[in-house]
Amino acid sequence: MSPAIEARNAALVAIGAAAIFAAIPMFFGDFAVYLGAEILIYILFALAFNLMLGQGGLVSFGHAAYFAISGYALAILLTTYSWPFWPAFIAAIVLAGIAALVIGYFCIRLTAIYFAMLTLAFSQLVWAIAFKWDDVTGGDEGFIGVAVPVWLVEPSSFYYFALGTVLVAGTLLWVITHSAFGRVLRATKENPQRAEFLGLNVRRVRLVTFVISGTFTGIAGALFTLFNRSVFVESAWWTKSAEVLIMSILGGVGSFFGPALGAAVLILLDRAITEFTQYWPTVLGIILILVLFFLPDGLIGLFRRKRAEDGDELGDADPAPSRTPAE
Amino acid sequence: MLTIRDLGVNFSGFWALKDVDLDVSEKSRHAIIGPNGAGKSTLFNAITGYLKPTTGRVNLDGQDITGRPPHELVKSGLGRSFQRVNVFQDLTVFENIQAALLAHHSRAYDLFTPGARLYRAEAEAILEQVGLKDEANRVAATLAYGKQKQLEFALSLASEPKILLLDEPTAGMSPRETSEILDLIVRIQEAQGFTLLFTEHDMEFVFAIAETLTVLVQGRPLATGAPADVRDDPEVQRVYLGGHASGGKDAA
Ligand SMILES: Nc1ncnc2c1ncn2[C@@H]1O[C@H](COP(=O)(O)OP(=O)(O)O)[C@@H](O)[C@H]1O
Ligand SMILES: [Mg+2]
Repeated sequence: MSPAIEARNAALVAIGAAAIFAAIPMFFGDFAVYLGAEILIYILFALAFNLMLGQGGLVSFGHAAYFAISGYALAILLTTYSWPFWPAFIAAIVLAGIAALVIGYFCIRLTAIYFAMLTLAFSQLVWAIAFKWDDVTGGDEGFIGVAVPVWLVEPSSFYYFALGTVLVAGTLLWVITHSAFGRVLRATKENPQRAEFLGLNVRRVRLVTFVISGTFTGIAGALFTLFNRSVFVESAWWTKSAEVLIMSILGGVGSFFGPALGAAVLILLDRAITEFTQYWPTVLGIILILVLFFLPDGLIGLFRRKRAEDGDELGDADPAPSRTPAE
Repeated sequence: MLTIRDLGVNFSGFWALKDVDLDVSEKSRHAIIGPNGAGKSTLFNAITGYLKPTTGRVNLDGQDITGRPPHELVKSGLGRSFQRVNVFQDLTVFENIQAALLAHHSRAYDLFTPGARLYRAEAEAILEQVGLKDEANRVAATLAYGKQKQLEFALSLASEPKILLLDEPTAGMSPRETSEILDLIVRIQEAQGFTLLFTEHDMEFVFAIAETLTVLVQGRPLATGAPADVRDDPEVQRVYLGGHASGGKDAA
């Protein structure tokens, strides 16, 4: 696919999705609006997360940290310190980015499972701080009653604010993914050793990725605070990190929109299945196993496969004649 | 331009390289030969920052580059290719070269310019030069082995090295492919005027191409000089070349 066509298709997908989301408050009640807003927030979370996983091959198991740091920061700045909205919103996001810079600085020194474990360790540290630091965060009772500005109180006004924010942030992430940086990042994922020998400082590329991903995760976290008008310590718990990982894998980490689809499907399934059974985790487990075995490209692979059959995408069917080196 | 003094690499008690002194002069074609396990790859790894040498120094154009990370060395003009094919398997041939060009032109942190649009002409020129133009849109993993080695070479060219280290650029190739790619390497080296330091197992080609030859045996340089002189060196005759001086391939 040529880059121009790829960009056009992405724009069509984004506009189509935005139009559907924009229509929800017009046709459905508060419950749908509430659900839609939650999906939007997780879409952004998953897109931000997948810059690291899909594009950079970096498995973070601690993305809840940036989500929670920004979430708490916004709550505290708005409520405890009565900051005006925009400075507080931006400061919270920047803080998530700074946290990602500091934590990333250590994590990028490790690779593979050690990298993942260290991201997890740091995020549990963030959780512990949120849990223990009662006076500031509300501890395990949570931070209740965030001073959300009046113009965001109405469910539908928050909803459109979230939609706009996710659209802008998502577009930025798309641009970054397809930028010179995005290309280089993919090269470091595929073959870090060779990438070094092209003159790339692989660790620094990874750190930059970490910071970008953490910052955009912070946007999602800030939205989540406005959405709930409270923050609970669970938002820093490791299951939150696992959730976004599962969404990405479910939707397909190899595609830009895969994780967004995964986020929407997972939340809808969660709601639908919890209605009927208390065994949601079991059902989720089965779904994941099926996806891993039968849809290695994730749910988004279903669309791709269909398109390939329609002749849109021609796979390179050349056999790969290869010889082993004599040595 | 490349000066190596007292270089040694110790792998938990075993000296894979020891007491290596080597001078590679500007724009020359310098070959390192030696039996399997002599330490040729280790030497390249120690020069290129892939491996931290246990002893000794490496100087490039008067600058001490010992133990500096590969990405810094590449920026100061040192390029290398690998004995085993080491390309970006899931990218197309074109994207491979483009990634190399983005790195070389310091666009790694350009977050907003669409990557696909950058350095297209330059990438095409390189592919044309190495004869991979028809394969531009193929995924690297689907290329025949010989073509992958060519891509490997092309990747190192993208960073416009002042000195290029090629570790067995023809390993695993048929004699015909070997002669083709060596022709290509020499042609490009002469056109661009970089220094070439390489290892090669085919003696016939080494003698045809190299201007200077270093024989490495058990991690130590045995002799260095013009190919003809090295070939006639009695010590080299005895220890290494034996009866194969006229081009036996089993010498590798
Ligand atoms: N990473 C390593 N650890 C331990 N021994 C090694 C390592 N790399 C190479 N060697 C040993 O060092 C010697 C030189 O290897 P190498 O440089 O690959 O030789 P060549 O490239 O000349 O065939 C060999 O005996 C090899 O087994
Ligand atoms: Mg070798």
